[in-house]
Amino acid sequence: MSKDWPLWEVFIRAKGGLDHKHAGSVHAPDGEMAVNHARDVYTRRMEGVSIWVVKSTDIVSSDPDAAGQMFEPAKDKIYRHPTFYELPDEVKHM
Amino acid sequence: MYTTELDKSRPVDLQTGEPKDLVDAFEARVAADEFIEPKDWMPEAYRKTLIRQISQHAHSEIIGMYPEGNWITRAPSLQRKAILLAKVQDEGGHGLYLYCAAETLGASRDEMVDALHSGKAKYSTIFNYPTLTWADIGAIGWLVDGAAIMNQVPLQRTSYGPYARAMVRVCKEESFHQRQGYSIMLALAEGTDAQRRMAQDALNRWWWPSLMMFGPPDDASPNTERSMRWRIKRETNDELRQKFVDATVPQAELLGLSIPDPDLTWNETRGAYDFGDIDWSEFYAVVKGEGMCAKERITARKKAWDDGAWVREAADAYEAKKQARNVA
Ligand SMILES: [Fe+2]
Ligand SMILES: [Fe+2]
Repeated sequence: MSKDWPLWEVFIRAKGGLDHKHAGSVHAPDGEMAVNHARDVYTRRMEGVSIWVVKSTDIVSSDPDAAGQMFEPAKDKIYRHPTFYELPDEVKHM
Repeated sequence: MYTTELDKSRPVDLQTGEPKDLVDAFEARVAADEFIEPKDWMPEAYRKTLIRQISQHAHSEIIGMYPEGNWITRAPSLQRKAILLAKVQDEGGHGLYLYCAAETLGASRDEMVDALHSGKAKYSTIFNYPTLTWADIGAIGWLVDGAAIMNQVPLQRTSYGPYARAMVRVCKEESFHQRQGYSIMLALAEGTDAQRRMAQDALNRWWWPSLMMFGPPDDASPNTERSMRWRIKRETNDELRQKFVDATVPQAELLGLSIPDPDLTWNETRGAYDFGDIDWSEFYAVVKGEGMCAKERITARKKAWDDGAWVREAADAYEAKKQARNVA
C-alpha cells in the first residue's frame, strides 16, 4: 500500500466577490494541514484570500464517456440565448 | 531540457491491441489541439511517456533547489538572501505542482520519490554541476532559468491538461527567477575587476551545460516525432536551443561579458547565431550519473527526507488520535 498521505483538491478565492476556483492538489494527513500546505504551495504571491480543500476521493464527477448524452441535450436549445431573437432596430436596448 | 529524453534508452513502446476507434479519436483530438484530461481515454504509451516526462521534470525542480540552496546562508546581503530563499521555495513549489500533475495519470507520489532517492529516476543534468561562487547564483538564474523558460513556455500548450496548467503556473513565476539572476550578474559586471572576473568565470562554466539542457540534437532524438505529434513536446531541442542562444548573446554583450565559444558568429542569412559543437560525451556522462555533484545531490535530498520523517510520523499520529476520538 502507498504510504502517501491522502490527496486533497485545493480551491482558491482570488479576491472577495469571486468564486473559489480549482488550483491543484496537495497531500496532507488532515484538512487543517492540507489548508496550510495549500497556502504554501498555491498562494506565495497573494493569489488568494480564502482556501477550500476537499478530499479528492470525495469528489463525484461526471463520466467523460457519457459527455454526449449528458451535455448534448442543451446543444439544440439555442432559443435559451438572447441572440436567438431578432428584434426590430427600433428596440434599442433589450 | 528538464525532461528531454534523459533516458532515451527506454522509449515507451506503443501498446498493441488498443481499440482502433479510440486511438483514432484520441489522435484526432490531439491533432486539433484539444486538451486531454485525466479521465479521458488515452493510449498507454502516451500515459507512460507523460508520467516519465512530468516526473523527471518534477525531480529536476526538487534537485534544482540544492545548487542554489548552497548559497542561501552566504548571500552577500539580506535582500539577496530573501530573494534567493523565495526563488528556491518557488522551485520546491514547481516540483509539487508537477508531482500532482503526474499523479493524475496514476503515478503515486511515494513511488516517484522512491525512484528519485534510489537513483532510478533521472533529473536534469545541469544540477549536477557545483556552485563555486556567488556569481554562479547569478549565472543559474540568468542561464538555467532562462533555458527553462524557453522550454516551458511552449509546454503551456501541451496536450495534457493538468501538465499544461502546471506549466502556466510555473511560467508566471519563472521570469522573476531569470531577472533576479541577471540582476546579480549586472551588479557584478558593474563592480570591481575581481567581481567582473567572477562573473565571467561563472558564465564560462555554465554556458555549455545550459546549451545541453535542451537535450540531444534532433537527429539523435528518436522520440521527438511522436512527442511532437502528441503535443507533449511543441518545439524540437535544436529549435529551442537556437532561440536560447539568439536571446542570450545580446544579454551577455550588455553585461560586457564574452560567451566562451570561439565559433559564435552572427549569420546574416539565417538571421541567427551560428555556434560551436557541443561536447555530447560530457552530457551523456552526466546523464549516467557521473556529474560532479550527482552523489552529493541525492545524499542531501535523502537526508532532508529522512530528517523530516519524525514530522510526518507526528502528523500521522495526531490524525490517528483525532480519528479515534471521533469514533469514541
Ligand atoms: Fe522551476
Ligand atoms: Fe526557476
